[in-house]
Amino acid sequence: MEIRLEKFSKSFGPVKVIEDLDLNIGDCEMIALLGPSGCGKTTTLYAICGLHRVSSGRIWFGDRDVTHLAPQKKNVGVVFQSFALYPHFNIYENIAFPLRIRKESAADIERKVREIAQTLHMEELLERRPGQLSGGQQQRVALARALVRRPDVLLMDEPLANLDAGLRLEMRSEIRRIQQESGCTSILVTHDQVEAMSMCDRIALMNEGKIQQIGTPDEMYHQPRNKFVASFIGNPPISFADGVIEDNRFVAEGLSFKLPDKILGSSMAAGQKITVGIRPEYVHPDFNTTIEGEITFVESQGREILYDLTLTSGLVFRSIQSGKRRGELGDKIRWGIDDGSVLFFDEHGDRV
Amino acid sequence: MDRKTNWPLSIFLLIISAPILIMYFWLFIDSISEINIESIWPEKFTLRNWRFLTEDIPGHGSVWTATFNTTIFTASTVAIVVALSSTAGYALSRLKFPFRAQFLGVVLLLHSFPSITLIISIFLMLQLVGLFDTLIGVILVKSALELPFGIWIMKGFYDTVPWEIEMAGLQDGASRFQVWYKLILPQIMPGIAALAIFSFMAGWSEFVLPLILAPSSEARLLSVYLAGLMIDDYLSDFGLFKAVGLFYVVPVMIFYLFTQDKLMNIYGGGTKG
Repeated sequence: MEIRLEKFSKSFGPVKVIEDLDLNIGDCEMIALLGPSGCGKTTTLYAICGLHRVSSGRIWFGDRDVTHLAPQKKNVGVVFQSFALYPHFNIYENIAFPLRIRKESAADIERKVREIAQTLHMEELLERRPGQLSGGQQQRVALARALVRRPDVLLMDEPLANLDAGLRLEMRSEIRRIQQESGCTSILVTHDQVEAMSMCDRIALMNEGKIQQIGTPDEMYHQPRNKFVASFIGNPPISFADGVIEDNRFVAEGLSFKLPDKILGSSMAAGQKITVGIRPEYVHPDFNTTIEGEITFVESQGREILYDLTLTSGLVFRSIQSGKRRGELGDKIRWGIDDGSVLFFDEHGDRV
Repeated sequence: MDRKTNWPLSIFLLIISAPILIMYFWLFIDSISEINIESIWPEKFTLRNWRFLTEDIPGHGSVWTATFNTTIFTASTVAIVVALSSTAGYALSRLKFPFRAQFLGVVLLLHSFPSITLIISIFLMLQLVGLFDTLIGVILVKSALELPFGIWIMKGFYDTVPWEIEMAGLQDGASRFQVWYKLILPQIMPGIAALAIFSFMAGWSEFVLPLILAPSSEARLLSVYLAGLMIDDYLSDFGLFKAVGLFYVVPVMIFYLFTQDKLMNIYGGGTKG
């Protein structure tokens, strides 16, 4: 089932939360609505499933206009952040609830519940009550309840936020597996870029009610459209340095290198302000464009070591390197950056 | 919670509740003895005080009519209060409608009104609509006065049920009514139970309203019947009075014994849902 949002807007009273949002989601695709809290991602999700009224614009499921359809009339499965299991039912009844409401026959209900329980490896839980289950098990039940009616669309609102770290990793691949097996068009709302990158086919990064960029995880990482996308995607985050163009070179205090041809070919003129973004893996002792400064932070993450390199001008570059330790806190060092992998942003924050 | 008996605390509580226990004990002793003012301990036990169970007391009618009336009165009050509070509480907790906040404020204000201050206007209103001296009239008045408390209690219980459960229910295809009935209501059952018990006690012990609004013998409640015995100058039979008093209080005591743990929910503010 394809989903299309056309100029979708949502306001609460006088507050415009989302304005003219366009989004196309392909059949069987899993897309992440990623963004900081308060960016409108959950609001968008609730509008798609019909819990929030749409202020203006249209929402399409395939060629069906579902903009003002009540949630009961859309075949949408939702996994809520708190799982929202029904505490007074056992697990079997929790999963069977959507089918009971549809008045399906007892035999059908039995068959479907057993089937989905098998897919999610939770047959032994059916007689228990939600309160007796661990977070991960509750998560599975919520997923089973959403999937048992074979929904056209599966929506998940921060499904991993209430799980502990180890379980989160496990459920990440589990959800992805189930989504691919069911072939259900899915939307995942999350504020965690790692979740979005690892689980989804594409990511729609939102900020302040607008979509900043839509793309595959690789596109988002290597070709961010603006500074916000560049800084939001990537962990440890990208470092920025402001400078100007002089003699076909980028010049900032303590950092200068020749601009690549594609930048020179664009409309950038001498004297213009420009910002460079350098991902931490492109700051390394072996790279040619030198920067000199002091190590102001070192953190070992086991396989990799994270450094903060502070230049005398005050600019800070993050560096992440595998292998042996290249310096200690307070060391004066002379490292380099890979100027071929630098991202350039104009004064408005858009990438050049 | 630690269920082991805390002996020092139990003894302490026993001591401070001793006056009440002794009074109940004496009520029981008096009801089965001939009262002798000169000695504390009765000299002669008798069942004569309990004669009201089988015969009418002259000038006061049958105790069974009063008991029947009281049962009807209490049951109706409970039914009305529970039905209206559970629906009004839901609306106030979950629905958006004009003047919701003001409504809540007014309900609270009504709760703080001592009902006795309203008695004259209620009296006049009942006279006007022709419900004075009828059981239905008192039932309506008592229910109305109990409602503000009930609505607030129920709203509190509804507030503890997460919104997401309701949203999940809608998403699973249930109508708003089905969500309320099948998903939300079962979760506030402790609240409903507590409110039912509370209004049962309030109804059973109500005295002033029926005394003023339903004084005649056909509509008389037990509390009024009992008071009638006491103020009857021609029948200064305190043994009888105490036996009827015991008869009146026993259902409440038995009821309380079985439901006290549920009643505690209401004072917990429903935080445990």
